[in-house]
Amino acid sequence: MIIDLAKFVEKERPYWDEFERELNRVSEGITSLQDLKYSRRMLNLFQRTCADLGRIGAANAEPELKTYLEALVARGYAEIHSVGAGAPGFRFWHWLLGTFPQTFRRHLWAFHASWVLTVVGAVVGAVLMGADPESREVLFPFSHLTEQTPSERVAREEKKEGSRELEGYKARFSTGLMANNIKVSINAVALGLTYGLGTVVLLFYNGVILGAVVLDYIRDGQLVFLLGWLLPHGSIEIPAILLAGQGGILIGRALIGWRNRDGLRTRMRKIAPDIATLVGGIAIMLVWAGIIEAFFSQYHAPVLPYWVKITFGLSEIVFLYWFLTWCGRTKSDEEGGA
Amino acid sequence: MIRGAVLNIATPEGVTFSLPLAGPVSRGMALFIDFAVVSAAFNLLAPLLGLLNLGLGDFGAAAGILIQFIMSETYFLVSEILGRGQTLGKKVLGLRVMDERGLKLRPSQVIVRNLVRLADMLPAMYLVGGACSLLNRRCQRLGDIAAGTVVVRIARIKQPDVENVLGGKYNSFRQLPHLEARLRQKVSAEEAQLALATLVRRPDLEQEAANQLFSQLAEIFREKVKFPEETVFGLTDEQYVRNVVDSLYRKK
Repeated sequence: MIIDLAKFVEKERPYWDEFERELNRVSEGITSLQDLKYSRRMLNLFQRTCADLGRIGAANAEPELKTYLEALVARGYAEIHSVGAGAPGFRFWHWLLGTFPQTFRRHLWAFHASWVLTVVGAVVGAVLMGADPESREVLFPFSHLTEQTPSERVAREEKKEGSRELEGYKARFSTGLMANNIKVSINAVALGLTYGLGTVVLLFYNGVILGAVVLDYIRDGQLVFLLGWLLPHGSIEIPAILLAGQGGILIGRALIGWRNRDGLRTRMRKIAPDIATLVGGIAIMLVWAGIIEAFFSQYHAPVLPYWVKITFGLSEIVFLYWFLTWCGRTKSDEEGGA
Repeated sequence: MIRGAVLNIATPEGVTFSLPLAGPVSRGMALFIDFAVVSAAFNLLAPLLGLLNLGLGDFGAAAGILIQFIMSETYFLVSEILGRGQTLGKKVLGLRVMDERGLKLRPSQVIVRNLVRLADMLPAMYLVGGACSLLNRRCQRLGDIAAGTVVVRIARIKQPDVENVLGGKYNSFRQLPHLEARLRQKVSAEEAQLALATLVRRPDLEQEAANQLFSQLAEIFREKVKFPEETVFGLTDEQYVRNVVDSLYRKK
């Protein structure tokens, strides 16, 4: 039962050294396990080390040697068994034009749920505003909406001074908006961990504010200003928030395990890449929305005619719809869709 | 409960290996180092950002906001992706994030575990995350559970110098192969392992403790097989144990 340890170590050490050296090269990216001949050699070394660990374990021999071999096997296992598990390399354009819209479509139901929650919130917000116009001070979180009526704001904004209000501050305003919106969206996704409840509340509340603001402006006869103000950045920002809700709802569903027999860990593992993709896409959308809000949305007529702003906003919506619905479609998608 | 927690992974090759898991205390210390690094970087960059603001005006201020946002929000994300599961704090404390199945960490897992950090930080001072990792048998915070990751302790392990312990020394027992054979028969694997481990760790032992340990071991082995007086004459307890180990582990 007791093996000749010294001889065993002497015989096997060259293989362990080679395996350790090659593992270092692989983890440093000097060599790749995608090469068939090389990966066969590595697999051979890994299996030999596994067998050695088995022998050492069975012989109940020196614990330090066992720990060393365990560490070597652990590293080898991570490298060898992970081959093919991930993407061969991150290609930004492939991800943006393919993976992102495909991921969105794969979980379209969650986006629809997110949209419905926002719309219900908007209807509730509009009803509350319609029933009690004084509630705007409670409903609106921004002071620039409560301190003045829509008409007063439009009159102020349309003066030259109004348009120049951000002169010299646009870049920092834009960056601040991006940072804030990205944080809020990340929160919306992360709140999915409350079994989706946090995300649902956030989406509903967002809808309430949106519905109340829209009704406030319509009632005051400022629909054109509202569209010109909101559409250029909102046509990207609002869908980005809905996508964040989609991510949060996905997490919530994975936690609940509705219509899924997999264990919790498996369910979470399955959706993790999709959540990461959605978050990446949301961040890009919000960077764009931040730039547009600071450099475009804040200019009003007569500096920038409303029809230009509304057309621009509508074009963005059409483009976003096309991008999310058609971009990255494969032949099998189309056949499946038909 | 947490102390000595390990993650056992059985490979398709039929062997099982263990990864020692990091507890909440070591993880908290790594986090403290990381926060210290980020705040130090903020302080170091503050004069530079001030200059940017003065020199470039609005764009300088925007760059400042952007740099601060990127540093605070993406420090963990970027350092864990580029550092193969290690932030600076984790590197200092010898910790690493890895897949709970023992596989390589994927970028999507890093994104999800850092996304959920927000929930772990609630209500303050990582109370939710800390409590969760205290109660979880794999010491996982919510972000780890969501991403399927664990934080393990990595010790720099070197090959044990077994040859140095066993080889190159004269063993008077070799003259009596029949008694060596009896010794191999009577000594259990656990006793042999204990004797070998004591020899490997000999340089780390205090002289008094080593003397006591070798004396006890020699006594056990002496009772198993009686070697002739002329073979063991003048042998210290340590030399006696060394001879026994050499006889046990050397091929006949």
